[in-house]
Amino acid sequence: MKFGILINEGPYTHQASDSAYHFTEAALRAGHEVVRVFFYHDGVNNGTRLSVPPQDDRNISERWSALGQKYDLELILCVAAAQRRGLLDEDEAKRAGKDGSNMAPGFQISGLGQLIDAGIQADRLIVFGD
Amino acid sequence: MSVLHIVNKSPFDRNSLDSCLRLAKADSPILLIEDGIYAVQKNTAAAERMQQALSTHSVYALRSDLQARGINPDNIIDGISLVDYDGFVELTTEHDKLQSWL
Amino acid sequence: MASKKFLYVNRKAPHGSIYAQESLEVVLIGAAFEQDVTLAFVDDGVYQLMQNQDTGGIGAKNFAPTFRALGDYDVSQIYVERESLEMRGLSKEDLMPLTYEDEDDDWAEKDSIHVVSSDELADIIEQQDVILNF
Repeated sequence: MKFGILINEGPYTHQASDSAYHFTEAALRAGHEVVRVFFYHDGVNNGTRLSVPPQDDRNISERWSALGQKYDLELILCVAAAQRRGLLDEDEAKRAGKDGSNMAPGFQISGLGQLIDAGIQADRLIVFGD
Repeated sequence: MSVLHIVNKSPFDRNSLDSCLRLAKADSPILLIEDGIYAVQKNTAAAERMQQALSTHSVYALRSDLQARGINPDNIIDGISLVDYDGFVELTTEHDKLQSWL
Repeated sequence: MASKKFLYVNRKAPHGSIYAQESLEVVLIGAAFEQDVTLAFVDDGVYQLMQNQDTGGIGAKNFAPTFRALGDYDVSQIYVERESLEMRGLSKEDLMPLTYEDEDDDWAEKDSIHVVSSDELADIIEQQDVILNF
């Protein structure tokens, strides 16, 4: 079965990203396909490569990157939500005249159309948020 | 096909559970996750509502969220089933629409 | 492209958080993708449709007028739960009028907002393919 995942909250403050991670991981382990993980609202903050959590805590964005690499997942940050919150890939940083990009490996920036497309492609769309 | 309702808010803090119970059709299952699991306990102000919900809905709660919050499994309202993440995924495959009461 | 029935469930008030504003952005994109779009306003979500919103004093974008454009995007199925309105002492007259032009009826201007009971809304939820919650 094909799943689409929508995450509406950032890491650490809310449990949404953790819940979504465990769900996604369990779905993939069960042999299901995840067509896309889409990050919206503060959820785009999951895509930063600059977070430095304490050693004894999980690194939420690294964990997503690793899962993405293992299963060849599409991890998409909404471009409008990301620009508002200062999540930029190299192209966006250059275009906006900013001095650096901060996106974690495996994440991509794209439009909201990718969320609608996930809803169309997937058999199930599940929303994690607050 | 049917809707799986997912509630992630404490019934003592937010109205998500009440809205879910108002708008979920009879026989639609309800899954409690995150702070939503506080609704599973006996002897709370939400217990009567849950008891009533169980007469028309199957109710599930995510075990890891229960354990994380130190809820005693012996203090769960009869009829509520515990699931792990594999069970959560399975529930979402059995119902074609997922409504998260954020 | 395949067409699915998308339902957007709005349960949060505007301005106090960004959910309402960014959710409306998804609705407009969804309509541009020529999907069948339905909006539901439940709980504090009904406050998104209040008349006379003026955000001048808080310096935030007033996106309420964007709701009026929904008719131009063929979004004409807007359901507001009666129980949510009543709990908040509101009636349909407190909400901004939203209309669309019905191409099957000589482009007559019609009301997009339907106030429905919980039971009716439960049926509407059941009829969807994809539910997005904000």
